[in-house]
Formats: sequence, C-alpha cells, structure tokens
Amino acid sequence: MADVITYRDAVAEGIAREMRRDASVVCLGEDIGAAGGVFKTTVGLHKEFGPGRVWDTPISEQAIVGAAMGAALTGMRPVAEIMFSDFLACCWDYLANEIPKVRYMTGGQVTVPLVVRTANGGGLGFGAQHSQATENWALTVPGLKIAAPATPADVIGMLAAAIRSDDPVVFFEHKALLATKGTPPPPGHLVELGRAAVVREGADVTLVALASMVPLALRAADVLSGEGIEAEVIDLRSLVPLDTATVLASLSRTSRLVTVEENPYQGGWGATVVSVVADEGFGLLDAPVRRVTGECVPLPFADALEEQVVPTVDKVVTAVRRLAAY
Amino acid sequence: MEPAGLLAAYERMAVIRRTEKAAHDLFLHGLVKGTTHLAAGQEAIAVGASAALRPDDYVFATYRGHHHALARGATPEECLAELMSRATGLCRAKGGSMHLTKAATGMLGSYAIVGSHLPMAVGAAWSARLRGTEQLAVAFFGDGATNIGAFHESLNLAAVWKLPVLFVCENNLYMEYTPIADVTAVPRPAADRAPAYGIPGEVVDGNDVVAVAEAVGRLAARARAGDGPAVLEAETYRHFGHSRADPATYRPAEEVERWLKHDPLDLARGRLAELGIGAEAVAEADERARAVVERAIEAAKAAPPPDLREALTDVWADGGAAWRT
Repeated sequence: MADVITYRDAVAEGIAREMRRDASVVCLGEDIGAAGGVFKTTVGLHKEFGPGRVWDTPISEQAIVGAAMGAALTGMRPVAEIMFSDFLACCWDYLANEIPKVRYMTGGQVTVPLVVRTANGGGLGFGAQHSQATENWALTVPGLKIAAPATPADVIGMLAAAIRSDDPVVFFEHKALLATKGTPPPPGHLVELGRAAVVREGADVTLVALASMVPLALRAADVLSGEGIEAEVIDLRSLVPLDTATVLASLSRTSRLVTVEENPYQGGWGATVVSVVADEGFGLLDAPVRRVTGECVPLPFADALEEQVVPTVDKVVTAVRRLAAY
Repeated sequence: MEPAGLLAAYERMAVIRRTEKAAHDLFLHGLVKGTTHLAAGQEAIAVGASAALRPDDYVFATYRGHHHALARGATPEECLAELMSRATGLCRAKGGSMHLTKAATGMLGSYAIVGSHLPMAVGAAWSARLRGTEQLAVAFFGDGATNIGAFHESLNLAAVWKLPVLFVCENNLYMEYTPIADVTAVPRPAADRAPAYGIPGEVVDGNDVVAVAEAVGRLAARARAGDGPAVLEAETYRHFGHSRADPATYRPAEEVERWLKHDPLDLARGRLAELGIGAEAVAEADERARAVVERAIEAAKAAPPPDLREALTDVWADGGAAWRT
C-alpha cells in the first residue's frame, strides 16, 4: 500500500477490508458499482467483489434503506449508500421510525446490523440541497449510532467498527475531506465507536470538533498558539455513543470549552455536549461555554457567501480569544 | 387443499376470529389500552397464504396484523398478553397491537407506518438470494399502501433484481375511513399497477381460504423458480372499523350486509362440506378454538405486568440503551 491514502480512497479500502473478511457484507446504492460512486468512494469494489456483492440501485432511497433493513434482519450486513446526506430526508421514515425502533418494539427479538453511508456537509459549492451537515438530524433519534470520521485512518477504522456493529450506524463521510490525505492504517485497524481522540494537547481551552471541523479547529489552534493560547483539540469521531468522559477530562485541564459545528446552532450536537458539561462539569469551568456553528440558513452557492455562514478559522479564533480573556 | 389441511386452516381462522373478539371485549373491559386494528373478516388471507408458505419464509405485516402473527406462529396467549401489557407478551409489552412480531418463526414484524415494510420484504428476499436459500418474503399490506412511494419503489426494485417476494394486498375497500376507489386512479389499486413494473398482478377472493392458498402457492412456486416477484390483490372486508375509534358508519348498510354474508369462516365451512367433512368435525374444531382462546384470555389476565426496567432495555444489541460512554 502507498505511503499516503486519501479520505476518498480510504472509504473504499475500509469497505473492502470488511468485505474480504465477512461474506455477509454487501453494498447497495446509486452508481456505486462499475461507476465507483459519484464521489469515487467505492472505486474497485465492483471489480474485486462483483455485481453479486456490490449492487447498483435505482434512484429509490426508500427502497435502498428499507431493503438494507430487510437484509439486515435476515442475516446480512448491508452497507447502503445514500449519495448526499440531504437525501436522507427521502428515506427518513427508515432512519427515524423503522430501523432504530424495531429492536426495541419487538422486545429485543431482532437486531439491525447495517450501515448507511452518506456524503455530508458543505465546501464543494453544490448549493442548498447538496451541502447540508445533517448529522444533527440523526442525533435526535434514539437507536441510531452516528460516526463521522475526520482522517483516512479513522475512515477505515470506524468503517470496520460500523460494519461489525450489530446496531445500525449512520456513517457521515465529509465531502470537504474527500481529497485530504493521511497515513494508511495497518491491517485489522479498528476504531471503536464512542472513543473521542485528543488530536492536539493544550492547557488553555478545549475545542470539540467533528469531521471537517477537526482540521479547521487544528488550524485555529495553530493561530492561537502564536498568540500564546494553547488549545486542546478533541475529535469526537462519533456522536452516538458520545464520549463525554474525554470532554470532561479535557476540561479538567483547560477549564474553557468551545464546540465547533458545521450544522446550525439550533439542535446541533454541540448543544448536547455543553448541556452534559453544564450538568456534570460546571465546577470545571472558569468561563462560559461558546458554540461556533453554522448560521440557520440553507447553504448558499457562492464560496464567499458560504464562508459567511459556516464556521471558519477566524470565527473560531475570535471565539477563543474572547473566552481566554474572560 | 387436502381435507385435513382445510380443516386445520378453518380451525386456525376460528382461533383468529375468537382472539380478535377477545381483543375487542377486553378493550371494553379496560384491559387493553391504546388502540387496535382488528382483522376480523380478513382471516382467510393470512391463513391461506400461510398454508402455502414454508416455515422458513419471511412475513412482514402492518398495524392490522393480528391475523398474520397468529397465522405465522404466535399464540393467542402471547398476543393477548401483549395487548394487555403483560410481561409474557409477544414483545414483552413494548410493541403492542400494532407491532406483533415473532422473529423466531419468520414473522418479522408488524409496521405501523403505512407501506413502510414493503422495501423490507424486498430486502429479505434479496438476502435469501444472497445466501442461496429458497426462502420467500411476503409483504401483506392494505389497499391504502398502494399510493405511497415505497410501494412503487419496492415493486420496481424487486422486479429489476428478480427477487422472490410476493406483495399481497388486502383490499378491504377502505383506506382508513375513505373508500380506496375515491382516491386511486385505477380500479384495482395493487394488481393494476403490477404490469407497469413488468410483473404479474392477480386478483383473488380474499375471503376464500382455498383460493388464497392456491394463488399464493402458484406465485410462490414461480418466485422460488427464479421468475421474480408478483402482486396478489385479495378482495376482502373488515368486520370492524379502521380502528378502535371508528364505528364505520360511513359504510353503506347493504354493502356491509353483502360482505358479512361472504364471511371467510362460512365459506370454509361450505368448502369442508364439499370435501365430505361432517358438521361434527367442524364443531369439534370450533370447540378446540374456543378452548384455546379461553385459556389464553385467562393466562394473559393472570400474567404479571412488565418489569419496569424493561423501559430502558433493547435499544442496542447489548441489551442496553446507553447513548454515551
């Protein structure tokens, strides 16, 4: 394997590793076969595993996710692709009503070991219906696990955990990260869901980020370091399970908290993080908490306009400066 | 259908009819909460189809699914205990009337969002293909479900992938409170649409258990042979309204009278007589059905309430409900 791997290629590699070790893993989705996916995240799977395990579907999001559920109920481990995360709304019944509830309402008779992969977030200039960060939609539903990796190694390790999970996992791949590169992980690499990573250590403030907001928070931390403020950056990696222990432990060192989210303030995952901190870590805080989020607007088309409504390095730096001076 | 098979089917229908009546009565006594969607009058579809299916085939049903659960292996006691919120309920009192499920016998659930389970049946049939079994998946649904998107997505996907799945529409003429004919562009809401997806669409008398069993048997054999899915539209009538809240006063009296005279149990008795099964044997079957359901009622009444800890179990495969580490 090459010295570096892109996030995009890591998706296909992560799926391939699981398909090689477990014959019950099958893929379905729009354009994922010979075409390799519109984001080229399934390149090579069709060639290696054939049409019997990598299935092209019609544009039928309800059928894709509903069929994945039926297959998962009957012995398979399907990996379904919903091309853009905005399109999850087209099959929301399955993600809100069917998949997450069936284990509970049958008294534990069945499990739904499936993964729904989707391309999330802005940054590519696709306009309002192909650019949302929608992980907060899934966060409102009891019964879904939510993964959102930030690095190629985590893509592979978290895909392994998601596909092996006996519970349903919504797997958010970030569009703005697809071309980013990293070290390919060794065979057998597995990143358990619910384990956040401290990706930069610092004593002055804790930045909690997810997916594309992780490299953004790291860039902000570099700027702040030049001003004498050392930020600890936490990559949450998954929202359910949520690793609140790592956040609280970091706060015990830094006493200041900023969450960095691409989704809007209302209902965003940062609200859950800060509410846990307010409940259980209030005594750790020496300043109010701050949430840097997207604005509550549809994502505009023009880059310059999008920049106005999503978190940026400057917005994070400004928020931290104010907090450091509190 | 062989005489013994028909007598067994009759007895199963009698058990279902009595269980439905018990659900109705227990509700009036305050022992069943929430709501129920009774299938009295539609027993022949569940029982006829089941007679034609193999034990390892998969079944997906709707919120009106008591008859399917009972036809596919759930006992009256498990079902009534579930409706009465008892620990011994089929879903440990966490499902209720609309979600009767018995996974161990392939009854993979009753789903209360109209039509949502059709793609699941497609997926179960796909899974059977992937695993190289000869299993079949059957989705039972009402006429109302034929107008939702998932119905059309399911027929198309099942057709292009040529999957062993049967779509069995229980057309009881009413989409909840509204005549299906008033809101549907074709006269046969399920069967008429099937040809648009390149698959057969047949119509059968859904109150005739023999006719249903023959039609399902024929279409099942075809699907198992690799010839793909089919739609079967079974014409039937519900004796009660849509749900507990519905007295069904919108139905013309002559229509109700006509359909009550076309009752599945009466039809089956006629079929039994034609096959030379005497009234005595039928009376014995009725008596066994009565005794089974009476015992089920008493056992369910005597069962304990659920352990309150159950409220926080079974979200995840580890049995728990924790969302954080």
